[in-house]
Amino acid sequence: MSPKATVSEGRRSERKLGWWLCAPAAIVMLAVTGWPIVYSVLLSLQRYDLRFPGRKAWIGLENYGTVLTSSFWWTAFGVTLLITVVSVLIELVLGMAIAVVMYRTLLGRGLVRTVVLIPYGIVTVAAAYGWKYAWTPGTGWLAGLLPDGSAPLTQHWPAIFIIILAEVWKTTPFMALLLMAGLALVPEDALKAASMDGASAWQRFRMITLPLMKPAIVSALLFRILDAFRIFDNIYVLTNGASDTSSVSVIAYHNLIGGLNLGIGSTMSVLIFLAVAIIAFAFVKGLGASAPGQGTGGRR
Amino acid sequence: MRTRRTTAALAATALAGGLLAGCGSDDGGTPTVNLYNAPQQNLAKIVARCNQQAKGRYRIALNTLPRGADDQREQLVRRLAAGDSGLDVLGLDVTWTAELAEAGWIREWTGANAAQAVRGTLAGPLDTATWQGKLYAAPYNSNVQLLWYRSDLLPEPPATWNGLMAASARLAAEGKAHYGQVTGAQYEGIVVWFNSLVMSAGGRILSQNGERVDLGAPALKALQTMRAFARSKAADPSLSNTKEDEARLAVESGTSAYEINWPFVYASMAENKPKMLPNFKWAPYPGIDGKGRAPLGGANFGVSAYSKHPEASFAAALCLRDPESQRIAATEDGLPPSTESVYDAEGMAKAYPMKQAILDALKTAAPRPKTPTYQNVSTVTAVALSPPRSIDPPRTLSTLRSQITDALQSKGVLP
Repeated sequence: MSPKATVSEGRRSERKLGWWLCAPAAIVMLAVTGWPIVYSVLLSLQRYDLRFPGRKAWIGLENYGTVLTSSFWWTAFGVTLLITVVSVLIELVLGMAIAVVMYRTLLGRGLVRTVVLIPYGIVTVAAAYGWKYAWTPGTGWLAGLLPDGSAPLTQHWPAIFIIILAEVWKTTPFMALLLMAGLALVPEDALKAASMDGASAWQRFRMITLPLMKPAIVSALLFRILDAFRIFDNIYVLTNGASDTSSVSVIAYHNLIGGLNLGIGSTMSVLIFLAVAIIAFAFVKGLGASAPGQGTGGRR
Repeated sequence: MRTRRTTAALAATALAGGLLAGCGSDDGGTPTVNLYNAPQQNLAKIVARCNQQAKGRYRIALNTLPRGADDQREQLVRRLAAGDSGLDVLGLDVTWTAELAEAGWIREWTGANAAQAVRGTLAGPLDTATWQGKLYAAPYNSNVQLLWYRSDLLPEPPATWNGLMAASARLAAEGKAHYGQVTGAQYEGIVVWFNSLVMSAGGRILSQNGERVDLGAPALKALQTMRAFARSKAADPSLSNTKEDEARLAVESGTSAYEINWPFVYASMAENKPKMLPNFKWAPYPGIDGKGRAPLGGANFGVSAYSKHPEASFAAALCLRDPESQRIAATEDGLPPSTESVYDAEGMAKAYPMKQAILDALKTAAPRPKTPTYQNVSTVTAVALSPPRSIDPPRTLSTLRSQITDALQSKGVLP
């Protein structure tokens, strides 16, 4: 990247000026992203409840012990994993189907793509309220389809199902969009050649399209898993964590904002950050995926 | 170039400073007192009356908080924690006093202001405004739950929970509406229910000073009662989903013979089902063995520690809760007064035919535990008691004991 030694005086001062010009932006970036992370790590090492300013103290890793031995935390963790895995799997399958349809549509291509993207364009909280009212007995059109007296959002499994449904409805278009970009990577010639060799449509999809799309699929999955793991708004609106439907983000919010416990809440935030980092790392290592914009696809 | 950057930085600083100064700056002239209160339909009328009486000493600006109590508390504490000076008078639920006082977010009431706030105020509501022997708020309205029943189905209202269950069983055998509604959903309502049962059985959830868990045998009795009720003919299948409004609607729709609820159900019945009103009666909160102790609710006015106009705020709060203001709130918005004399005021007999029952219940009403961590205690209690039919008395009791102990020290994790 950088040519050495032969840099002339002019170039060098130009580069220096470049750094100076970047510096304010870099410092601002550090201040707004780095400092909050460091600050929440610092908070997580303290006993710090806003209601007891007098009891504030450094307590090392005690908060981590408290959170990691709490059944509420692990229930929320399990719920988050379940929602992540199930919703991303459904989104992948549906998204792929929609991507193929969008890619192959000849008539009204623009219209089809726009229509598919509508759910993604709606603000999540607004959509979540739509779902909430739809499933509320007495007022909702979906609740009306259920037997009398059922209130699905107040029971564990029906509520989880509705949360997953809302997530899938909302983010499948995003998945489809990313996958469609991957479909564009598959050369038409390869498919035609395979077709000449007698490969069926399914074989062409499985043996040619999928492997060539792999980078796109992996980055789509990575994006969605990291997003899904941090799920907050849908749950906040639909159940606010009642009947054991809290995700890790919701429970962190309840402890931080509702409970005013900066120590415990920050500990949870740090743990969520670590979990997300581990997932991303495992993905990149395990699936040999290039991080978006790097590796083999980097020169695009 | 460097000068330009400096200029930009200066401009940014000036802008930020301007924004900060923009919040609540009104030096000179009439101070604006920002009132933050739960939604109340005719509160604006009370505010207008006080503004007129103030004759320029202050002007109250009414700001309405969200409807849910948790959302209200969240907005208030978030802003108070940040030292926001834009809040002056705060409408506080009776359970928040200890929390806000301990954190130093609301001012103590002293001297003439305190004397005026205390004068004529009922003892129960007044106690909810104190923390560690000091007055931190002025009681505004009070509230108690009563047993509301249909006299066409229950000619003699039972006085105990066992009596209610027996009455429901009898009605069920006759093929009549037999459900009894009580707030059994996983929220503050189930804690209110449990607290009243524990106190009716002669116990308390927390020790008097709010520092230790008490519970014990009375709590065991309360848990047994809740479990029995949830498994009896009285229990609606949707009990674990019932809040105040669901309970009210179930009785209005005719599926239920009675409900345990706040007095707002009477006005609602009069409006929605006037035909049922002649048979819609009230009785004291049911007990376990002896008399029951009804849940105590209501709201108080506190003054923010970050208020820039504390004196005007105290004066405004006092006007907002003076007898005439309480009378307006009672007759127009159905909020029972906290000042005893207001019960005899004009228009009360018509709006509150049950006013004597409310006054009697207020004398023995069960306040909720006083602790700065009430929010935590309430949350873990609601989770441990839900759903009520799954209560396993000895086991639930030990869960409650350990989780409330953690909550008191703000040690455990909130669900």
